Amino acid sequence: MYGFLIAIGVVLLLSVIWMVYRIQTLISVAKGSDKKIQTTSNKVNAILFVVFLVGTFALMTWYSIKEFNNYQLPVASEHGVLTDRLFWITMAVTGFIFILTHILLFWFPYKYQYRTDRKAVYYPDNNKLEVIWTLVPAVVLALLVISGWRAWTDITDPAPDGAHEVELLGYQFAWEIRYPGKDNILGDFDYRLINASNSRGVDFSDQNSRDDFPSQTVVIPKGEPVLFKIRARDVLHSVFAPHMRLKMDAVPGMPTRFWFIPTKTTAEMRAELGDEEFEYEIACTEVCGSGHFSMRRVITVVEPDEYRKWFSEQKTFVDSNPSLVMDLPVNEKELAESANQ
Amino acid sequence: MSVANVSAHDVSAHDDHHDHEHKDSFITKYIFTQDHKMIGKQFLVTGIFWALIGGFLSILFRLQLGFPEMNLEFLRPLLGGWITETGQLDPNFYLALVTMHGTIMVFFVLTAGLSGTFSNFLIPLQIGARDMASGFMNMLSYWFFFLSGVIMFISLFLERGPASGGWVVYPPLSALEQAMPGSGLGMTLWLVSMTFFIASSLLGGINYITTVINLRTKGMSFARLPLTIWAFFLTAVIGLLSFPVLFSAALLLVFDRSFGTSFYLSDIYIGGEALPNTGGSAVLYQHLFWFLGHPEVYIVLLPALGITSEIIATNSRKPIFGYKAMIISMLGITILSFVVWAHHMFVSGLNPFLGSIFMFLTLIIAVPSAVKVFNYLTTLWRGNLRFTPGMLFSIGLVSFFISGGLTGIFLGNSAIDIQLHDTYFVVAHFHLVMGSASFFGLMAGVYHWFPKMFGRMMDEKLGYIHFWLTFVGVYMVFFPMHYIGIAGFPRRYYSWSTYSFTDMYTDLNMFVSVAAIITFAAQFIFLFNFFYSMYRGRIASLNPWQSNTLEWTTPLHPQHGNWPGEIPSVYRWPYDYSKPGAKEDFIPQTVPLSATPESNLPHEEKLVKLEKEIIAEEEQVLVANEYKGS
Repeated sequence: MYGFLIAIGVVLLLSVIWMVYRIQTLISVAKGSDKKIQTTSNKVNAILFVVFLVGTFALMTWYSIKEFNNYQLPVASEHGVLTDRLFWITMAVTGFIFILTHILLFWFPYKYQYRTDRKAVYYPDNNKLEVIWTLVPAVVLALLVISGWRAWTDITDPAPDGAHEVELLGYQFAWEIRYPGKDNILGDFDYRLINASNSRGVDFSDQNSRDDFPSQTVVIPKGEPVLFKIRARDVLHSVFAPHMRLKMDAVPGMPTRFWFIPTKTTAEMRAELGDEEFEYEIACTEVCGSGHFSMRRVITVVEPDEYRKWFSEQKTFVDSNPSLVMDLPVNEKELAESANQ
Repeated sequence: MSVANVSAHDVSAHDDHHDHEHKDSFITKYIFTQDHKMIGKQFLVTGIFWALIGGFLSILFRLQLGFPEMNLEFLRPLLGGWITETGQLDPNFYLALVTMHGTIMVFFVLTAGLSGTFSNFLIPLQIGARDMASGFMNMLSYWFFFLSGVIMFISLFLERGPASGGWVVYPPLSALEQAMPGSGLGMTLWLVSMTFFIASSLLGGINYITTVINLRTKGMSFARLPLTIWAFFLTAVIGLLSFPVLFSAALLLVFDRSFGTSFYLSDIYIGGEALPNTGGSAVLYQHLFWFLGHPEVYIVLLPALGITSEIIATNSRKPIFGYKAMIISMLGITILSFVVWAHHMFVSGLNPFLGSIFMFLTLIIAVPSAVKVFNYLTTLWRGNLRFTPGMLFSIGLVSFFISGGLTGIFLGNSAIDIQLHDTYFVVAHFHLVMGSASFFGLMAGVYHWFPKMFGRMMDEKLGYIHFWLTFVGVYMVFFPMHYIGIAGFPRRYYSWSTYSFTDMYTDLNMFVSVAAIITFAAQFIFLFNFFYSMYRGRIASLNPWQSNTLEWTTPLHPQHGNWPGEIPSVYRWPYDYSKPGAKEDFIPQTVPLSATPESNLPHEEKLVKLEKEIIAEEEQVLVANEYKGS
């Protein structure tokens, strides 16, 4: 019944629109306004551009200010402060050009709308102007690029010695986390060794892997360099830690890395934001299948002392599951041991 | 062999007889036609069909993003099993929707629908040719596209769904059937469909290039080509050089999927087993894909910019400012478009040094783009502006080109891109600069050349309503996405509630979805206007916009061959609007300089003598033809 009524309503509405359309067409034919160019419509369109300019500019300004704290994510890494500054510098430069060009673009239509008593100015070129607005953007862009390039090279330089390594392994649909243990060297891995009890494919015949340990969250110390070693098990993933301004793809067969220095502990950030629930998070930003949106991991940033305490308390893979090394052939175990001496 | 006869006939010298010498059957006139005008219309109507499908798919996933709690049970008759038992959209189907939306819009609508329509329709008309260099190849180009579309359409109805790995279909996700349902038959059909599409683009592109180089009418030097033709020409060059690389990427993917090779696959453990593939590189695919993928942006954008240049000049009643600078910047964009591809891959594991190189190259490409914008603005300055719907859409295009282009400066900067890569900031950026700008170019072109296509006018008032709803709508859809992107919301997410940093902006996402639905609905005003005006619109005058270019010298309904009698010669550039001293505010390209002594510029006086010789020569031909005719 409802459907029927809605259908009738729609039909009525459409026929009203149809009538209005026909009537206005006939009127314009009768008036001969289709032959004219300086019409009311031309004027209305010209005015609408100005209305649009003012209206959207007001809306944009209002919303940008009102929501600033919502869309501006707090930053918690050293390089993040740098890239944020670059972002806002670029925003200032492009924002200026954005507003200036749009004022011209929408004001000209109003100012120069068609009038039969006026003729447009024949102005086909001006080399001086062309050179100016080729060079000025070129210089501005060069400055932006150079500052970006310097930040980029610093960020992508090799990690400083002694950076705390954490391995992140992406798979459908979660991350596995591995720490290098006391030797601070992650043991070898091989994807062919992956099985139910060794989801990371860690090669336990490598002596370096004996003290490696897993973790449910990424725990890292504040103020010290941290190196994420990133790999993937099945398809592409991408590590995204928004508060750290960190992103790097995880590629099967090609380990990648990203190092950074966290600047605020989770506790400090909670106090700053007044949000007791706050956690640093890791998301996936390379589409990887149906669970792409749900690969959440938590990063806990703690004071260095706390970190060392936590680190020393962790149980290695081998401790929690001795069978991992028991299956190894004896000679391989010895080889591995002798190689490490 | 009537097909061969027709084409042989039309390029022959007996042009003045052509329109009554042969009768087209329905099939040769409307279906397997070799007339570039009809092929252009075929591309247009097919493009509109795909735009509706692509737009509809986006509405479906906007429902999910804007109203995640909504019960979508009412869509079950259409989507069947893709609606879960709780009335939600299936997450795999969500990915299929975004993938198909991207593929359809980029390739079928903005490449074939835009370039296919206007390159075909306008190149012969504006350069003064009877038809494309090869009408037969042109016909093949459309029918390969059609076939490609049929295959893609079929893939929408597969049980396991169409390809779903994003429109970029990165392996290993797209290479392994175990990785997601869409990577099975759906992906196979995607690859087959794209193969036909690439063939179609190449057939078309070769034709456009050959035609522009060889079939220009007398006097139509490259320096007198309308900017539309320059744009179509350079677009075809880009396509010709980059589409084969996509083909190679697709071919290697086919090998990896079906024949056990390891071009892109290495060290993979999936579905409980370790695959034997080693030594491949997933990043290799990204390089190959973006070698097309980035030029593709300009393949869809340049024709739109060309169309806009023409329409803005005509309706400002002013020459386009900096004609040469416009051509040089398009050339610059063409060349640079091939050396910026890796800016899509700053955080893909690419060597950071390579990243630096591509950052420099990327920001260089912003310079010619900026020049174009300033030239458009100067063209409007002190013009006498007529707001036809085509003009409105052109101004809208310039606005999108600025808004979306400026955000490109953020993304091209690799340091800033770390945070913004694959967030909604990127979505906002390319939907404005590439999607909406090109779409507005398409719309501007349709409104402007509709009288030439169908001999009737579209309704202006409906055009205005369509423009304002769409213009405001597009900004309301994509502008908020900048905020969402700066906040770090990743792309291609089915739901925002998993993370606390994305667990906000439900209101903004709802707003975007509502705006998207309204904008989509507004397109039906256009559809009505388009099809109604085709049959019932007011009969157009021969040159409704008082434009200078050659297409307006043809009859109202040009037959196959375009001009009855001789093809007109060209004596001047196409932008003599409001020339000082001239009686009218436009002087068509066919008016000799010797006929307008009152408005000639000093350097043009020298050309007058040369021109008189050409005219004398032409008159001889005319006399000879008349003699033959009697």
